[in-house]
Amino acid sequence: MRKSITIVGASLAGLRGAEALRRDGFNGPISLIGDEPHAPYDRPPLSKKILAGDWEADRAALTPAERFADLNLDLRLGSRATKLNVDSQTLWVDGEPEAYQGLLIATGARCRTLPGTEGMNGVHTLRSLNDCLAIRTALEAGPRRLVVVGAGFIGAEVAATAVGRGVPTTLIESLAAPLERVVGNMVGEVVAEVHRSNGVDLRCGVGVTAVHGREQIEAVELTDGTIIETDLLVVGIGVLPNTEWLEGSGLTIENGVVCDETCLAAPGVTAAGDVARWLNQRYGELMRVEHWDNAVEQGPYAARRLLVDQPADPFTPVPWFWSDQFDRKIQLAGRPSPDDEVQIVNGSIEEHRFAAFYGSHGKLRAVFGMNRPRQVMQGKNLLAQGASWQEALAVAAAWE
Amino acid sequence: MRIVVDYDLCESNATCMDLAPDVFEVRDDDFLYVLNETPSDDRREVMEDAVRRCPKQAIALKD
Ligand SMILES: Cc1cc2nc3c(=O)[nH]c(=O)nc-3n(C[C@H](O)[C@H](O)[C@H](O)COP(=O)(O)OP(=O)(O)OC[C@H]3O[C@@H](n4cnc5c(N)ncnc54)[C@H](O)[C@@H]3O)c2cc1C
Ligand code: SF4
Repeated sequence: MRKSITIVGASLAGLRGAEALRRDGFNGPISLIGDEPHAPYDRPPLSKKILAGDWEADRAALTPAERFADLNLDLRLGSRATKLNVDSQTLWVDGEPEAYQGLLIATGARCRTLPGTEGMNGVHTLRSLNDCLAIRTALEAGPRRLVVVGAGFIGAEVAATAVGRGVPTTLIESLAAPLERVVGNMVGEVVAEVHRSNGVDLRCGVGVTAVHGREQIEAVELTDGTIIETDLLVVGIGVLPNTEWLEGSGLTIENGVVCDETCLAAPGVTAAGDVARWLNQRYGELMRVEHWDNAVEQGPYAARRLLVDQPADPFTPVPWFWSDQFDRKIQLAGRPSPDDEVQIVNGSIEEHRFAAFYGSHGKLRAVFGMNRPRQVMQGKNLLAQGASWQEALAVAAAWE
Repeated sequence: MRIVVDYDLCESNATCMDLAPDVFEVRDDDFLYVLNETPSDDRREVMEDAVRRCPKQAIALKD
């Protein structure tokens, strides 16, 4: 039986893992090591309420200060894990070695950057509270124009929030529609329409070829030759898992920390959240999920896994996320693929209020909703049951 | 045990309904309704899960 647990990454997955151990009655030492200076906070508000100026930063705290004391954690903020060796069970923190008994890796992910913009003023990515506050300050300063590169979820939310603050905003996407990689073209076009009707200058099917400016950003040049003058650029072109510190550790690192179906990466080592790539037996493949709800579920699962010898039930969630853009609540459960059939099963596209099913090979694969939370959750249950396309359509037919 | 929802925070994404449809319901008007404000104590674990899984931290349990 392990008598102490070390958790690297003091954010959603790591903290929820520590809390689960305490809830279960584990009273050995728990170290929670994080390289950010702040107590664990929630990231979704960083592109929504906090960026909008509706919330102050402290509203995003993941656990109130008074409850933190009860958890009795050895919380080591501003500390960075720099190296790991799983054979000798040694972890290096800020270069200093220490032994561990059970280790949960929850180091999350960081943003990809746009080549050629390193160190340029007015160019930002959004992952941390500090990033958010820097962008918020820049928005408050009244920029001429905000240009957002990448209309994935973060980019689309930043554009929506900035327009809501009255900042002229251009959103650039190399695919034919926002979120297309995830939701497909038909639904992506609806998201495009929502952005355009709210005043975003959305440009799809174009990439950025050059960024002009020396110390300060001045303009971006697009593949169609257009030059857009700007003093503020936010880059939202996806994330990379934080695994560099694990090179040579003995773990398999391949687009994340590779784990078995119980989130185990090596004896006594598990991973959870954005950094973990585990075998989800529901889909029979390795997957890495960058969604809030996954971190909330996998953190506790992977922490508990360290205290049992026999593998627990495998970790087999149906992935699910939400995104708030303007007054639209977007949700997606499941895993759509590009050649799925897509059918609107409730509401209407014109009203920007609908639910859509994605299916292939006679199976329901995913459910998308725009302001249809109830239907998405019922669809998520159908996915959990492995419903066939026909069964799913029959259920949807009964929705009013 | 009493369920208290902060409706200023709740954004009706229905995660709680997914976990306990007999207690939480998001209706067609997009508002959350608590169907049973005082679930029995044997439901505590599920209710605590709803508290944790609510993305907006809008649910609280009072004894
Ligand atoms: C702006 C924004 C908005 C989002 N909105 C949504 C949304 O609406 N819906 C949704 O489903 N999801 C959303 N997400 C995604 C969600 O926040 C993530 O899936 C979640 O934060 C993952 O949690 P995590 O604990 O795995 O990783 P992270 O939250 O990335 O935390 C990892 C922590 O580990 C630290 N760390 C990294 N390396 C080291 C090291 N070597 N040593 C010590 N510490 C280290 C990091 O600094 C960080 O604090 C959003 C994310 C962002 C950035
Ligand atoms: S999970 Fe939270 S935000 Fe969502 S409907 Fe329930 S109380 Fe509201």
